[in-house]
Amino acid sequence: MTSKARVATLWLDACSGCHMSLLDIDERLLDIAGKINLIYSPLVDAKEFPEDVDVTLIEGAIATDEDIEKVKIVRARTKLLVALGDCAVTGNVPSMRNNIPVDELLRVGYVENATDHPGAPTCEVPKLEAKVIPLQELVPVDLFIPGCPPPADLIYFVLSEVLAGRTPELATQSHFGN
Amino acid sequence: MPEQNQYQVKTLKIDGKEVAAAEHQTILEVARENGIDIPTLCHFDGLPSVGACRMCVVEVKGNNKLLPACITQAQEGMEVTAHSAELAEYRKLIVELLLTERNHICAVCVSAGHCELQAMAQKLGVNHVTLPYLHIKCTIDGSHKRFVSDGNRCILCGRCVRVCSEVEGAHTWDVTGRGINSRMITDLGEGWGHSETCTSCGKCVSVCPVGALVEKGRSVSEMTKPNFLPYLLQMREEAQ
Repeated sequence: MTSKARVATLWLDACSGCHMSLLDIDERLLDIAGKINLIYSPLVDAKEFPEDVDVTLIEGAIATDEDIEKVKIVRARTKLLVALGDCAVTGNVPSMRNNIPVDELLRVGYVENATDHPGAPTCEVPKLEAKVIPLQELVPVDLFIPGCPPPADLIYFVLSEVLAGRTPELATQSHFGN
Repeated sequence: MPEQNQYQVKTLKIDGKEVAAAEHQTILEVARENGIDIPTLCHFDGLPSVGACRMCVVEVKGNNKLLPACITQAQEGMEVTAHSAELAEYRKLIVELLLTERNHICAVCVSAGHCELQAMAQKLGVNHVTLPYLHIKCTIDGSHKRFVSDGNRCILCGRCVRVCSEVEGAHTWDVTGRGINSRMITDLGEGWGHSETCTSCGKCVSVCPVGALVEKGRSVSEMTKPNFLPYLLQMREEAQ
């Protein structure tokens, strides 16, 4: 019996819609579940990103100092890194803040429009970077699945192909947006 | 041009296929007549071509420059390469440059699903970009009572300029600035709603390939654009 693939998923600056689309593959999840060990994900309880991961799907753009460190670790410990959805692939909606200085962003969000306890958080949350960037601006990415979110059928196709040891041809399989 | 030349047929090759061209036909016209698809973004049937987007660049044997098929006339004996690995890479790069220069967020765009840039990216296999996004700041002009102009989504194809001046005859739209600082303006830049020349005909909105010129009150993916221009031009020809 061959060992199951070690699979991880990560949720950075995004709405979780790509993870929802992943769950939308419905009963085929059972088929996938039989072939993988989901060792790190918002859907499971692991705290530390493990070593020797076969496939990691990342949803979301890189927006904070913490995201940068996470993605570097994920890349170093992952054989096949998949950018899942427009935020990971393009920066998408999170990147719309990029031409507004962070100070001003926090002031408007946490001071000007706050009705109670005005003031930007200063501890226990990651620091916002000046620019939100897609994954490939920081680390090499092996597969790109654009879409907001990517269709469930496409996610299933990619997982099936990857788990069968093939590299899916994705260039024209989906488009940006929904 | 002497009249006897109007029906002079030229023979040339496009991607190895023998094709015939009438006088004044462009490489693009001949290619499309013969089922050879050359991608375009700024070209619009019924409007004069300007070769702004460079999507349609082709190789012509004996010429060391790439030529835009939409404004290059077919000539006798030409050997045109419209599709090659190198041209495909150039075309993908053009799409990447367009996607990274301004702020094309398909997920929240009124034209998503009906956008020629979004469709072109998928058609050419641009499923990510290899260049950094610039996130330049552009103006959104909502001063017109029916329409909005969002510079963040503009690809500077110039269709609005051409339809406004050549078909409507108003010439409200024009381009100010150069290179990366180019911006669309109405009249002398006083805002669309304050334009004295705009007739509010909506032709510019109709021909805009992206979500830069749209109707007010549309939500994500709701902006569909009926292509009425060929019909309009046909009516004019019949009336003459």
